[in-house]
Amino acid sequence: MKYVDEYRDGELARGVARSLAAIAQSDRDYRFMEFCGGHTHAISRYGLEDLLPPNVRMIHGPGCPVCVLPIGRIDAAIALARNPKVTLCTYADLMRVPASGGMSLIKAKAAGADIRMVYSTLDAIRIAEAEPAREVAFFAIGFETTTPPTALAIRLAAQKKLSNFSVFCNHVLTPAAMRAILASEGEGVEIDGFVGPSHVSAVIGVRPYRFVAEQFGKPIVISGFEPLDVMQSIVMLVQQLNERRCEVENQYGRAVTTDGNLKAQAEVADIFELRDSFEWRGLGEVPSSALRLRDAYGAYDAERRFSVETPNAKDNPACECGAILRGAKRPHDCKLFGTVCTPETPMGSCMVSSEGACAAQWTYRRFETQRIAS
Amino acid sequence: MRIIELLPEQMAKVSLDGVTKAISVALVDDVCVGDYVILHVGFALSKVDAQEAERTLAMIREFAGTSS
Repeated sequence: MKYVDEYRDGELARGVARSLAAIAQSDRDYRFMEFCGGHTHAISRYGLEDLLPPNVRMIHGPGCPVCVLPIGRIDAAIALARNPKVTLCTYADLMRVPASGGMSLIKAKAAGADIRMVYSTLDAIRIAEAEPAREVAFFAIGFETTTPPTALAIRLAAQKKLSNFSVFCNHVLTPAAMRAILASEGEGVEIDGFVGPSHVSAVIGVRPYRFVAEQFGKPIVISGFEPLDVMQSIVMLVQQLNERRCEVENQYGRAVTTDGNLKAQAEVADIFELRDSFEWRGLGEVPSSALRLRDAYGAYDAERRFSVETPNAKDNPACECGAILRGAKRPHDCKLFGTVCTPETPMGSCMVSSEGACAAQWTYRRFETQRIAS
Repeated sequence: MRIIELLPEQMAKVSLDGVTKAISVALVDDVCVGDYVILHVGFALSKVDAQEAERTLAMIREFAGTSS
């Protein structure tokens, strides 16, 4: 397909790798965090780490929406779905995320809760219209990419005067998470630069990342999702460091503009406001890192409508998802990885989503991991 | 994803290697048949800029050639 195939050209990627090896200085390390789970997946799927010089190392970041949702919010969603009046609509990748007590949305569904997988927020609106006797709640998760679709669904519900539609809002913000990671740098994580998100940046543009360069002195390159995009972004980061530059650069110019998508930003700003603080798996409480519905749209807020409470729940103590999401550990550092925890029987969230670091490692590189271990 | 048909209510039909799907184009302005869009959870988030795409590829090719 156009705009995809040409960015997956293996011969070209090997050429980029040779040129990268020529400019990477052998007397230093280059440690880059790819923030976004889409990049984590691409790096594993296309074996990009094998193309990089040994002193250029990728650290997986927390940009996997399913992975960073704390277990208490899944517990809260399951409690909501158990309300006999409620139909809970959710993106499919949340279904198997482990909750407290060995529970998950898919087990709750098997036990009789009305939980339905949807592709789009508009599907949830359609269900609410078709079944006016049901209380349809949408389990909204994700970064700046999934927030505008949730905002549009709420606007649509208001226009259609749908009184049986609400949103359990868990939308989170990329720059706030980057700030939290940079603020805790040194606690097992050292980062020389960021491969910045693709689709998130299509929405928010280039400016929200300025603090990464200006306050924390780290270069950041917004990167497309295809393997050549990621390779070129790594080259641009190495060049910045070699030239002692520290800037926000945009490799993904074909989809990301400086301003981003102003229409989507306006929709989000109209419907959502900042939460003072929100819990992230791995990062803990992060100030101003998530959104909730404004009072004007409070009627569509499932947390208010159903008095949803978020229990203070603990992860499986043996699971290293938290440290992996901070970049402090790698999947094969976890003793559960590939033994009791696999995509079929995930113990932690990073093994569930295809964007999770553990799932990517298991799917594409688990045999290599076994070689390292033996 | 390439837009192959504009539908009512700010929807459009897209094609990915022959697989077609109805998506929302409510978040992007001035979408035309033939445009490529970035698609996420059923919504077009931005249009693909053909000139920028070519420029990026040219830079990648140039850099890849510097070592040979």
